[in-house]
Amino acid sequence: MSAFGKQPNPQLNSHGELQHLLTIEGLPREMLLRILDTAAPFSEVAEREVKKVPLLRGKSVFNLFFENSTRTRTTFEIAAKRLSADVINLNISTSSANKGETLLDTADNLAAMQADMFVVRHASSGAPHLLAQHLAATGRDHIHVVNAGDGRHAHPTQGLLDMYTIRHYKADFSQLTVAIVGDVLHSRVARSQIHALTTLGVPEVRVIAPKTLLPTGIERLGVRVFNDMREGLRGVDVVMMLRLQNERMQGALLPSTQEYFKSYGLTPEKLSLAKPDAIVMHPGPMNRGVEIDSAVADGGQAVILPQVTFGIAVRMAVMAMLAGN
Amino acid sequence: MKIHIRNGRLIDPASKTDKALDLFIAAGRIVGVGNTPAGFEANSVLDATGCIVCPGLVDLAARLREPGFEYRATLESEMAAAAAGGVTSLACPPDTDPVLDEPGLVEMLTHRARLPEFAHVHPVGALTTQLEGKALTEMAELSEAGCVAFGQANRAIVDTQVLLRAMMYAATFDFPVWLQAQDPFLARKGVAHDGEVAARLGLAGIPVAAETIALATILHLARETGARVHVTRISSAAGVEMIVAARAAGIAVTCDVAIHHLHLCEMDLGFFDAHARLDPPLRSQRDRDALRAGLASGAINALCSDHTPVDDDGKQMPFDEAEVGATGLELLLPLTLKWAREMKLPLVTALARVTSDPARILGVKAGSLGLGAAADICVFDPVAEFKVSRENLRSQGKNTPFLGYEFPGRVRYTLIDGHLAFDGTLS
Repeated sequence: MSAFGKQPNPQLNSHGELQHLLTIEGLPREMLLRILDTAAPFSEVAEREVKKVPLLRGKSVFNLFFENSTRTRTTFEIAAKRLSADVINLNISTSSANKGETLLDTADNLAAMQADMFVVRHASSGAPHLLAQHLAATGRDHIHVVNAGDGRHAHPTQGLLDMYTIRHYKADFSQLTVAIVGDVLHSRVARSQIHALTTLGVPEVRVIAPKTLLPTGIERLGVRVFNDMREGLRGVDVVMMLRLQNERMQGALLPSTQEYFKSYGLTPEKLSLAKPDAIVMHPGPMNRGVEIDSAVADGGQAVILPQVTFGIAVRMAVMAMLAGN
Repeated sequence: MKIHIRNGRLIDPASKTDKALDLFIAAGRIVGVGNTPAGFEANSVLDATGCIVCPGLVDLAARLREPGFEYRATLESEMAAAAAGGVTSLACPPDTDPVLDEPGLVEMLTHRARLPEFAHVHPVGALTTQLEGKALTEMAELSEAGCVAFGQANRAIVDTQVLLRAMMYAATFDFPVWLQAQDPFLARKGVAHDGEVAARLGLAGIPVAAETIALATILHLARETGARVHVTRISSAAGVEMIVAARAAGIAVTCDVAIHHLHLCEMDLGFFDAHARLDPPLRSQRDRDALRAGLASGAINALCSDHTPVDDDGKQMPFDEAEVGATGLELLLPLTLKWAREMKLPLVTALARVTSDPARILGVKAGSLGLGAAADICVFDPVAEFKVSRENLRSQGKNTPFLGYEFPGRVRYTLIDGHLAFDGTLS
């Protein structure tokens, strides 16, 4: 280890409790399990006639989205509203960032409006860390930051809802083989999934992708690398597909979506190499015919829509825990 | 003005001296080493008890931010930082605004810098106009205006034919060419070393091959053209190996490393510390260890601060949007001493890398305490700690990954041409 740059985990408070949710990396296993445990009763709230609990009544949650998102923003919004919070949505990619206002200026202004929680999505890796450090440096630790996706770095609530989904369908993390397939290089989802799976004790986490879509040194995160999808899927319990962004066809990363689908698209034939009871996950939005065949996406092994439903409960759990700390 | 520096331990790497010797200065020059010159009567006696007396430091890279970036730093602020850091000569890269590609601008800068308490400023002229890598600058004119070398700061010449011709033209006049080895395509959009940490943090990587490929091109062209090439800010173990091999093959090439790369590595990005956003990027521990060993052996010729003051707004940004660079003038000496101590190097060897060796690369008379030499002198306490803090840094740039750390080595006096430019006993 180097002599410099040792900092305490910025997402825990002095009691070791969750102050912000910035990344899954560095969170203890017990804390991940506690979030998943807390989420379980919240998924029942959705079954009630009045889908609300008063845990965040009187609190203001600001959804700060510097990057477009429909699904994540909506599920955060629903989660906050089911906790009775006041929710304010800001799509900043189309407002102040264009006027030259910085992330921290925007946050300062909203903090002055008595925000209690920021849910942040940003195109730059580390933006939520910057915001959390800024709040700490200016004595406003009472405002919580939830990372809703930063650059290629992390998407912790997605990682957690994926774990919730796996736990729902599979018995024991310590008995599983999980494959993550696709554009790992650009994927914040993949990084959060990897940290969550390894922390929860999954003995074999595989990543499957062409070499152009794998970051250098990814094996150091504790994963097994496969370039051949058929080989990588053999005997797995869980297949986690990643979205392939269209712009990856530029910049010489891939020749075409057709060729990508041929090698790395999840077809029923390739899926048959996994365990017969393997589940198929996808963070959405899906590119049918690019990374996943419709027959699989709509098939009996897919748990893609339950993921969305569980996502609300997991986000409720995270927000409730943060507000309680 | 006659000055007597007494009771110090004199270290002069140029003459490999390390001995308790007094120093005598008159009319801005060294007139006596050890023995009092006949008839010498000091107007001023500086006490160097417990201190090391060495040549003023020669820094191969200090951005003064003038002209054009005065909101980040001014000549006054950065010259105060230089003096406080014991730096008495420095080379400034041409990436100002406007770029140092016209003789008039260079003359203006050197004229502005000509104050007795200011370090000697040696501008590196732009190798191509606007640093665009397309057209050659008037190198002969720029040389007359005071440029000691020609370079591109950290902007690559994309067109290899232009690079070849620029090196040929510079070689015509035997002007040194200073180049940073970084392939612009492999470095495109990259913000961190392409390794484990970038993979973990989700930052776009710059592979070591960006350095080695550019270096291969530069070294080939150096052999073709006979240009005197100095490679700036080497960052990788593979790069050092290539320099060593090139030298063994008879290519005249020198290189330097920055203080940050000598002490830090990719791990020091921590949780996206924008102060560690540097160019070239901080690489792996293995690379850092090779840089430390290379500087000790002389494979790397000089250590520089790569001083780059950035205002807070430029760093209070997500890592990939933050401005590049760190302040360094006041850290050059402490980090040289820290490296020397950790490598168990004699001080006379370590200090050579920041005095006589860079002076040779600059081609200026500096970095020596010989009789008759200009009295550019640094007197420092090697034990007293220097705490790196916003308050202690005189540079307008408070941006450094070393904020909060304490290092041994505090400057007591800095003399420039016999003029007391910094007096640490006052603060």
